[in-house]
Amino acid sequence: MTSLILSTATRFLLPLFLLFSIFILFRGHNQPGGGFVGGLIAAAAFALHAIAYDVKRTRRLLGIDPRNLSALGLLVAMGSGMISLFLGEPFMTGQWLTLSFWPVGQLEIGTPLFFDVGVYLVVIGITLTIILSLAEE
Amino acid sequence: METLLAFVVGGLYAAGLYMMLRRSVLKLIIGLGLFGHAANLLIFTMGGLTRAQPPILFGLPADAAAGVADPLPQALILTAIVIGFGVQAFALVLIRRAVQAVGTDDLDQMKATDT
Amino acid sequence: MGLVSAVLSGFVLALIAPWIYRIARGATGWLLAIFPLALFAYFLSYIGAVAAGDVVRVSYPWVPSLGINLSFYLDGLSLLFAFLITGIGALVLIYTGGYLKDHSHLGRFYGFILFFMASMLGVVLADNTMGLFLFWELTSVSSFLLIGFEHEKESSRAAALQALLVTALGGMALLGGFLLLNQAVGSWEISELVRQGDAIRTHSLYIPIVLLVLAGAFTKSAQFPFHFWLPSAMEAPTPVSAYLHSATMVKAGVYLLARMTPALAETALWTGTVTAVGAVTMVFGAAIAFRQSDLKLILAYSTVSALGIMMMLLGVGTAGAVQAMVVFLFGHALYKGALFMLAGAIDHEAGTRDVNRLAGLRSAMPVSAAAGLLAALSMAAVPALFGFYGKELFYESLAEDYLMPVLLFASVLTSMIFVAVAVLAGIKPFIGETTSSAKQPHEAPISLWLGPVTLAATGLVLGLWPSMVDKSALLPAIHAVLWRPVFLELALWHGLNPIFLLSMATLASGSGLFIFRSRLLRLFSWLDALRDCGPRNGYSLALAGLNAAAQAQTRVLQSGYLRYYLLIVVATATVLSGYKLLQDIESLSFGRLFDVTFYEAAPALLILLAAFMATRVRSRLAAIAALGVVGFSVALVFVLFSAPDLAMTQFSIETLTVILFVLVFYHLPRFAILSSAWTRARDTFVALTAGGLITAIMLKASGVELHPKISTYYIENSVPLAHGHNIVNVILVEFRGLDTLGEITVLAIAAVGVYALLKFWPGKTETR
Repeated sequence: MTSLILSTATRFLLPLFLLFSIFILFRGHNQPGGGFVGGLIAAAAFALHAIAYDVKRTRRLLGIDPRNLSALGLLVAMGSGMISLFLGEPFMTGQWLTLSFWPVGQLEIGTPLFFDVGVYLVVIGITLTIILSLAEE
Repeated sequence: METLLAFVVGGLYAAGLYMMLRRSVLKLIIGLGLFGHAANLLIFTMGGLTRAQPPILFGLPADAAAGVADPLPQALILTAIVIGFGVQAFALVLIRRAVQAVGTDDLDQMKATDT
Repeated sequence: MGLVSAVLSGFVLALIAPWIYRIARGATGWLLAIFPLALFAYFLSYIGAVAAGDVVRVSYPWVPSLGINLSFYLDGLSLLFAFLITGIGALVLIYTGGYLKDHSHLGRFYGFILFFMASMLGVVLADNTMGLFLFWELTSVSSFLLIGFEHEKESSRAAALQALLVTALGGMALLGGFLLLNQAVGSWEISELVRQGDAIRTHSLYIPIVLLVLAGAFTKSAQFPFHFWLPSAMEAPTPVSAYLHSATMVKAGVYLLARMTPALAETALWTGTVTAVGAVTMVFGAAIAFRQSDLKLILAYSTVSALGIMMMLLGVGTAGAVQAMVVFLFGHALYKGALFMLAGAIDHEAGTRDVNRLAGLRSAMPVSAAAGLLAALSMAAVPALFGFYGKELFYESLAEDYLMPVLLFASVLTSMIFVAVAVLAGIKPFIGETTSSAKQPHEAPISLWLGPVTLAATGLVLGLWPSMVDKSALLPAIHAVLWRPVFLELALWHGLNPIFLLSMATLASGSGLFIFRSRLLRLFSWLDALRDCGPRNGYSLALAGLNAAAQAQTRVLQSGYLRYYLLIVVATATVLSGYKLLQDIESLSFGRLFDVTFYEAAPALLILLAAFMATRVRSRLAAIAALGVVGFSVALVFVLFSAPDLAMTQFSIETLTVILFVLVFYHLPRFAILSSAWTRARDTFVALTAGGLITAIMLKASGVELHPKISTYYIENSVPLAHGHNIVNVILVEFRGLDTLGEITVLAIAAVGVYALLKFWPGKTETR
């Protein structure tokens, strides 16, 4: 039951949704947002796509099996925690790097950021694993 | 508002429990959902309610930081919401399979199949 | 440090023993025996210092918050036991290689035996009561594993369980005793407890302490009426019987009481109980041993009897009695170990353990026959063998200090039976006419006879030259028990005194018992009827009763209906906490009921309304919608009360949840009303009461003054430490990042579960 309005709207909405989810992910450290919400928004975008078209097309669009996506996310999260191990500090001690982009300002990059990216990927992965395999039934 | 929410949480628990006591597994899972909301709201209320001061320090003067809402219950609930989703999905699919295998959603008849 | 690694290295070796077996195969026993031999040599290096009165003590903090240390202690008594454990242990490892040759689980067996060896060393070296208890229980566990080694056999499993239940229950009692001891004098260290003997004996907890410690020792050392597990334990492979159930583990109870003698003994309660229980066990065990025909059972009951002798001597507690106990213990370990291993070798070669059918093996098995002869003579206490000294001192201690006619009579009777039993088990199978047996017997391989020959020869050598051990190994052990200087000189010839005459008379009448054995057994055959009312029966009844009780309560409590479990749990919780709350109902605070604006009250009321709707509606879709309304309204509450992150998450999750429910419910049957009106009324009542309780608890709690918030730390450190201004996010990814890592792992597992349920369902092909 594909609806023309929905599928057309989805074509425009999906990239916007994804962009928004990444925005939410990265601003999460200072403003409301973060990996969980960002991941859920991205997952919702793909779910919308699956409803508007069908699951096969969504999987093709995704390009990667959502199960692998959640595994990748776990690895990223774990890996971000391991960086401190190489610096001789306990697991998951935050490490920060300040980059200056004069005159724009400066950017602080830290391992918690990568951890949040891991969370983001896991959330997308698990949500899509569940919803897509259910929709295929 | 805490007092009002105490009644709301009590009502949510009562509704959830009532649904969990039904014989249909479908109602059981709705009951579980209500229970989850009740628990989150309970923690949220007991952590203390604060109006219009989210725990975000961006652009906040240093002396105002003490007045922000308690971030700890919020972090707990955020985790609980997402975990709750995962558990609910698993329970739903499990029940779906059980119903498919047994051919009924009546817990009493399901019980009869494993003996 | 040396003592600690001496104990703990055994556990490590036990873990890798199966792998060693994979590589070394047939040579494993010989290879592994190097380990206990090395330990033997290590302990040998202490013999001079310990004989001179030194003790070695090491201590490391273990549970500092409770004042418990991991401490070890080496004195004469520990050293004697350590020699037995490592020396016989080495022989048993070699013996195992021959006895269980090519058994499919031999590697595991080596592991268990080494595990036991390490635990037993821990028992005799531990200076801390908690350490001793831990190792004590580990020996029970290893005994369980070894008895049940042939786990395909029902009887092995039952025997293993029996041994475990009896000794572990005793272990619990022992733990209680140790806890009370700590309460009484405030120390966990045995070396401290033995110095506080007077304080303990006058303490009000003395009686329970003694009874609990004795319960532990009596169960472990198979004293009447707990003796029955030991004969059952003969289900184990023979190396186990020789090692655990005669030479070492069953002596742990004796060791414990000897160790505790300075702290607990010399009261009427102690002396009376230990002496009486020991004496009864001694006579009882001997009498039953006499009527057995299975080699291993004969030896098992005679072991029970011998343990009774040691207990009785400890109970008497005079200097002479303790001397006799230590000497007898050492001699017993030598000959009983040898006889057990021989019994196994005979079983192996002749195919039976029935003494009535075994005869004339001497020509086929000359080496074993010689070892059997020496061990039997030692057990019969023939002069020039080490067993003789134990018996002499045993008689002497009962006769000399103050004459105890009853005990002496019982002891002579027991010793007579020992003579008969020794001949029966160690000599009879080898002499007389060869009987036809299923197997053509021939001499056992060296691994099977090395152990018994070594032990029996040791008995002979030490019997001829007792001065090799009396001052160096035995006297320090006696000192450790008695705590006062005594003199010990073992000599073969004391002159023609009454004790020597009594010994000779015992030998003669014991031989007579052997000769007239079958006639005597017939004469007393009416006693067989008593067999079924022994303590073993009590054990079976208790076990059956326990199972029946468990089944009955399962029938009552576990209906199998989810909602009844829920009802019981919820009703119990509600009634109990409700009762407490009702007691001060006026402390519920309603103070903040009216500080509400309209737009705050709206979502709250919406939640209540939607929850109510969810319980009433008949359509599945409506129920999902109601649940969705609840979720979105909760998100609104989050918005209103400064939780933007929660609100965002809740909104997105709620959207996905609704999609999820619709996807699943689409395939499921419609709602139907399955319960009666009465049931629904009952459930409504329970649900409302439970909900009311939650409300009451919340009202009560909001009136309570809280501790300073933990969050203050997070609020203050969020920016300086974690460079983040959104504290909730900082907590999730930084302060409590490990929790979040765990959480997303759980999520991933849930997703894998969902995927597996959906994709790998065997019924899928049937329905499609």
